Amino acid sequence: MIEGIHPVWIIARREVRDQFRDWRIIFPIVGLTVLFPFLMNFTAQQILDFARDYGADIVGERMVPFLMMIVGFFPLSASLVIALDTFVGEKERGSIEPLLNTPLKDWQLYTGKLLAAIVPSLTGSFLGMAVYLGGLAIQRVPLPELELTLLIIVLTIVQAVVMVSGAVVVSSQATSVRAANLLSSFIIIPVALLIQGESILMFWGTYATLWWAVFGMLVLAVLLVRVGLAHFRREELLGREIDVLNFRWGWRTFRRQFTGGAANLHDWYFKAVPAAVGGMRKAVLIITIFAAVSIGIGWAQFQRFPLEIPAADMGSRLSQVINLLPTLSAKPMLLIWLQNLRVQVIGLILGVFSYGILGIVPILAGLGISGYLVALLANNGLPVWTAIMAFLLPHSIFEIPGLILATAAVFQFGIMIATSDAEKTIGEVAISALADWAKIMLGLVAPLLLIGAAIEAWVTPQIAVMLLP
Amino acid sequence: MIVAENLTKKFDEFLAVDGVHLNVAAGQVLILLGPNGAGKTTTVRMLTSVLHPTDGTARVAGFDVIKEPERVRASVGVLTENHGLYRRMNALEYLDFFGSLYGMPAVERRKRAAMLLEQFGLAESSRRRLGEYSKGMRQKLALVRAMVHNPPVLLLDEPTSAMDPESSRMVRDAILSLRSDDRTIVVCTHNLGEAEVLADQIAIIRRGKIISYGGLAEIKRRFLGDPQFEVRFAAPLASRPVLSDKIVITGIGPDWIHYRTAQPARHNPDVLRSLMEQGLQVVSLQEIGQSLETAYLEAVNQVPEEGKHD
Repeated sequence: MIEGIHPVWIIARREVRDQFRDWRIIFPIVGLTVLFPFLMNFTAQQILDFARDYGADIVGERMVPFLMMIVGFFPLSASLVIALDTFVGEKERGSIEPLLNTPLKDWQLYTGKLLAAIVPSLTGSFLGMAVYLGGLAIQRVPLPELELTLLIIVLTIVQAVVMVSGAVVVSSQATSVRAANLLSSFIIIPVALLIQGESILMFWGTYATLWWAVFGMLVLAVLLVRVGLAHFRREELLGREIDVLNFRWGWRTFRRQFTGGAANLHDWYFKAVPAAVGGMRKAVLIITIFAAVSIGIGWAQFQRFPLEIPAADMGSRLSQVINLLPTLSAKPMLLIWLQNLRVQVIGLILGVFSYGILGIVPILAGLGISGYLVALLANNGLPVWTAIMAFLLPHSIFEIPGLILATAAVFQFGIMIATSDAEKTIGEVAISALADWAKIMLGLVAPLLLIGAAIEAWVTPQIAVMLLP
Repeated sequence: MIVAENLTKKFDEFLAVDGVHLNVAAGQVLILLGPNGAGKTTTVRMLTSVLHPTDGTARVAGFDVIKEPERVRASVGVLTENHGLYRRMNALEYLDFFGSLYGMPAVERRKRAAMLLEQFGLAESSRRRLGEYSKGMRQKLALVRAMVHNPPVLLLDEPTSAMDPESSRMVRDAILSLRSDDRTIVVCTHNLGEAEVLADQIAIIRRGKIISYGGLAEIKRRFLGDPQFEVRFAAPLASRPVLSDKIVITGIGPDWIHYRTAQPARHNPDVLRSLMEQGLQVVSLQEIGQSLETAYLEAVNQVPEEGKHD
């Protein structure tokens, strides 16, 4: 194992040494490490004095850790530049091929480069924070609590790892430094939003939530490193030269995966679609477990947020619903169907940007609310099974399997992106996964949701009226 | 040392290398010739396990390029088309870095780097930043990098492309000196003079296929016909000399004739004897040099150029 890590160290050491010979990297790091913290010290002192004058001590107190976070974050901006250059920069300078010809394993080269991009900027961050805290101590400004200091340090580390691992993925897949810089907005914008969110939480003083943010970013960092390693290809680094979107190739790849080689509609429906579902059995199982858990969590939330429905109201409200959903009227049925489809599309968008993870949010939310609803009815005098039979079961028999399949397809997208495929580029993998999602949506989910919507609009309210006292 | 069977590489729909067969024994130098984009670099990259063959297999230094890529790369020294050195390092640091990636002990790295830098006339510049090196010096250092771990197989892509004549000569001599019983060298070059000096075998590639493969003499014979000889006489010829049916006279001048023969060792003494019997005074008999360039152009022009393959 140590022998395996040694080459990683050799790569990282050379890169770090090289960076510290480049004044364009040294200058901002030194500036942000030494000069910027002094400015922040001055700012902290001024704000503390100002806030104290108006009796708003808490603003000043919250400002001190916030500025520490900012001081720690700024040197990380250099890490993004370094990481974006990691592979594609070497490719442009022609120095990548000799490196690829050495006996290094892919993971050794990748990890070495990753470390080299993280270490200098993280060193800058720690130095900056040390200078800032030292300045506060000299100025006799109360230092943040130990737990909060630790939280900020851990937050800085995971932010660095997320940014760098994301940028290294971009660098290993981009065809030029220019393309990598353009793609870096996909890292900068989410991280900027994240910092804003963290700032709000920090001023709010909800530090426990910030630990969850740390956990979330840690998961994201692991996924990004995994994706980077899974799709790192020596061949791709040398092969791709042209920065042009090849729509024709993209469409061909999509169509090939979507049709699954089927010659006609019958083959597609009875061979290609079942094959796609078969390929995501594990994802279906995982989502089914999540779905069951979310119903349980929704049920449990009733204890925290109890509601009472006067018995008299129940009947009148149901009558209102029946008036809103006249039997065999197409409009409400289509509205329900389109709403459910829209949610699946939103799930896909969330999933694409989070390796499938956030794609499960809609089903968790939907079924969580259903669980809460059943608990609500059960606690307002309706037997549990009657509540389920009256309000959920008729249409859910079709809708829930549809939702599980759609969510599993999004989750599968993330799994495929994070899994190595020697035969395909990351672009091909993504397009193939989208084609599978579209296949399942068109072949199974949309019809199931349509049947579910028809029952929900026309049948469920009638059953509810029949079963309710 | 290098055995490739049906080595094929496709990039999407594009066939870059099409069923290449190679068999280069230890101690031999193979020259890969071909127009730009013929598939030479792609072939070399497959032999170094950097590119994965679409079809076929290859063994380099006894290792399978598909199943044992790290061992293949450890056994091969590669001079790449773009030598791309690290501009902020000096030569000693650079060679030390690559030596350590090949797992060489520190003492051996330093010793070998010093020896090679001396051999290639770079010792005095060994502490200068590589960004300050001239193009030729960079090329030499890239060659030194390829040799630093003393590999049994050397794959050199245009080893003298940026060099002045003196440096080119130095590199050629170095390659010749590197030829040993246990080392195989593959050189991709457009310099046909260099190819003639270095080659034990020549493979001419075009559009991904090897269109000719063999020894220098064999290649020349294949594309330029049998060896051609010139006989010069002491006095102008009064009439056309008569030679055996197996000898084809290809040219005749006032005091010389040119002829071709497939078996010079057997036929040349007969030619001399016959001419002397006809009372002609022979001043000299020598082979007319047929350049590799002519043979190469003949080979690549047999089929019209269609596409690029590298």
